[in-house]
Amino acid sequence: MTENNLPNSKLGSLQYDPAPESAAIAKLKSSYGLFINGKFTDPSKHEQFETINPATEKRLATISQGSTSDIDKAVKAARKAYDNVWSKTTGAERAKYLYRIARIIQERSRELAVVETLDNGKPIRESRDVDVPLAAAHFFYYAGWADKLEHAGFGNAPKPIGVAGQIIPWNFPLMMAAWKLAPALAAGNTCVLKPAETTPLSALLLGEILQQAGLPDGVVNIVTGDGVTGSALVDHPGVDKIAFTGSTGVGRLIQQRVATSHKRLTLELGGKGANIVYEDAPIDEMIEGIIDGIFFNQGHVCCAGSRLLVQESIADDVLRRLVRRVEQLRVGDPMDKNTDIGAINSADQLKRIKELVAYGEQEGATRYTSSCELPKKGFWFAPTVFADVSQSHRIAREEIFGPVLSVLTFRTPEEAITKANNTNYGLACGVWSEKGSRTLWTAERLRAGVVWANTYNKFDPTSPFGGTRESGFGREGGKHGLEAYLNV
Amino acid sequence: MSDRLEIRKTYKLLINGAFPRSESGRSYEVISAKDEFLANAAQGSRKDLRDAVVAARAAQAKWWSLSAYNRGQVIYRLAEMAESRSDELVEFVKLSEGVNSEKAKASVAKAIDRIVWYAGWTDKISQVLGGANPVAGPFYNFSVPKPTGVIGVIAPQNSSLEGFVECVIAPIAAGNSVIALASEKRPIPAVLLGEMTETSDFPAGVLNIITGFTSELALGLASHEDIDGLDLEGADEAFADELAFLAAGSIKRVLRPSKKNQKNSIHRLRAFVETSTVWHTIGQ
Repeated sequence: MTENNLPNSKLGSLQYDPAPESAAIAKLKSSYGLFINGKFTDPSKHEQFETINPATEKRLATISQGSTSDIDKAVKAARKAYDNVWSKTTGAERAKYLYRIARIIQERSRELAVVETLDNGKPIRESRDVDVPLAAAHFFYYAGWADKLEHAGFGNAPKPIGVAGQIIPWNFPLMMAAWKLAPALAAGNTCVLKPAETTPLSALLLGEILQQAGLPDGVVNIVTGDGVTGSALVDHPGVDKIAFTGSTGVGRLIQQRVATSHKRLTLELGGKGANIVYEDAPIDEMIEGIIDGIFFNQGHVCCAGSRLLVQESIADDVLRRLVRRVEQLRVGDPMDKNTDIGAINSADQLKRIKELVAYGEQEGATRYTSSCELPKKGFWFAPTVFADVSQSHRIAREEIFGPVLSVLTFRTPEEAITKANNTNYGLACGVWSEKGSRTLWTAERLRAGVVWANTYNKFDPTSPFGGTRESGFGREGGKHGLEAYLNV
Repeated sequence: MSDRLEIRKTYKLLINGAFPRSESGRSYEVISAKDEFLANAAQGSRKDLRDAVVAARAAQAKWWSLSAYNRGQVIYRLAEMAESRSDELVEFVKLSEGVNSEKAKASVAKAIDRIVWYAGWTDKISQVLGGANPVAGPFYNFSVPKPTGVIGVIAPQNSSLEGFVECVIAPIAAGNSVIALASEKRPIPAVLLGEMTETSDFPAGVLNIITGFTSELALGLASHEDIDGLDLEGADEAFADELAFLAAGSIKRVLRPSKKNQKNSIHRLRAFVETSTVWHTIGQ
């Protein structure tokens, strides 16, 4: 800690015995091909790249780089499956496939959680309790829609769009795959999924699960690779719809590229979520909520509550408590069940976080960083809070996508709204108050797709998620999530 | 009576509840379908557009702060105004579109009825497009459609009133404010409708109408960063592509012309709303 007038916590970072999950549960292969038309291709036929464990920098497996011609094969397989099989499969049968997939995800949940943590660096507690259960829940939820589409409010016989190209990010690899595939398949589309370059493993495991579920060949194709692979998918004339989750920068390029085609598009992009704390907020829950809002998944969350807006009257107290709580966070081995904060997903991401944090210091904000010890190997960033941040600072405007919180203050509810909305983004916000009327007044005025009141970073398959403004358009989850995959 | 020299009207822009000539001082000749001189319309400029965006941004917050019931009444009031001035609308639809009186009458009637239809939507969108979500946890969770914000509309080039109403009133009924480019060659019915909003309790700036050259003004609409959505109904395919590309610069929601029969569809309401979901804890 750099500040000296803070009360010392007697707790510090509590010491626990190690409680590691077993990496052997992952049963990883040495190399993986692409999942096209129901089969895995021969890895030796492709250019390859390695996926590493960001907590150790050790190689996990060799992954195939999908080429333009691989994308072409995948899109053709998806088209064929759409024309010959999936469009003729009844809603009730599509539902049954999705239920099967949900069940197998549950059956193999421990394995999936381990793979996710190894590949992504997130704490096993999170992949076990959040990512994997939510992925299964998503398939369960949309399974039930497949034979009830005429009741969803999109007309009497809503039609699918066709072949969907889906590009997902590295922060919630399996969950994002589920968010994309489940509604698309329920609505009757076939899919080509492009997982993120640094986290392809759980999607490839999902390919195996689809095989086990007996999903007809070509209904889902999974093509790993980097931005070049994704770009080929965006440009392929055989694709009818693009769904992208990732940065606003890439989303903008995709929207431009798709503008001259007649592809449908949904985008789930970046954010700079404001977490608004009123003076009457329930203090203990609020501190935990702020911590969860920014440090969940190392802050690699598009909806992270990365801007804390605290009412001036309680700002000192909140900051003191926050800094003390940050000091208690357990940072380290993601496979340890007691770990709160795992590894940063990649060297590139770590570099970006460090760069923006340096700007934070340079522009005059006051930095508090946990004194926790960081492992020697791997990509790590100690949880950090910036106080005295003003709206013009880069750390208040740009998405850091890391465990870094910017604290700003406000006096009146009107000022809170003005500051919260003073961004080009509009994905998620939090409101902390015991006064229901004030919470709803605030929620009404926030330009955001999601508002969490006295909670943060909660997800559910029934709850629509997605942005306004430059955080993108379209919703995932709920009845609203079907719209992205129906020709309405 | 017949000796009397008629008083002609100057047709101006509608920006922030006022009727300015274009700040550029430019005007252009509007010719009837029979090739006769109709009027000198204001030839709006990019500066006019920018002024309209500022007005529309401020007006949107005001418009949305009214109750849905109230917004419905304001839009209904517009239908009343249009009905009482329907002879004038019919006359200019006839001259602009080159149709006979009967057809022009029918078209104006449809347009007015459509305003009434949308007036009734203001307090129903939330229920139809929103709802409660049964999340697995101690939360009350609900979704409501909120307006996208400021919408740019490139109104249809042919249907001078009916098409204009469809594209402009839908987003307004959903709580947005609008900057509309009237049909380039047939702007007068739209301008008349704009005048009527001024006697219908529309807050200034909720509807702004710019007349002028679509090819020039649409580029400004599509690239303006403080416009949240764009309806391309009045752009041909190649031009729509170009505009959609520009609109991507600030991740605008873009509604392209559809060949599907959209009669009685709410797709224009759906196009410019944002589903906003609130999670609230439940506890003692």
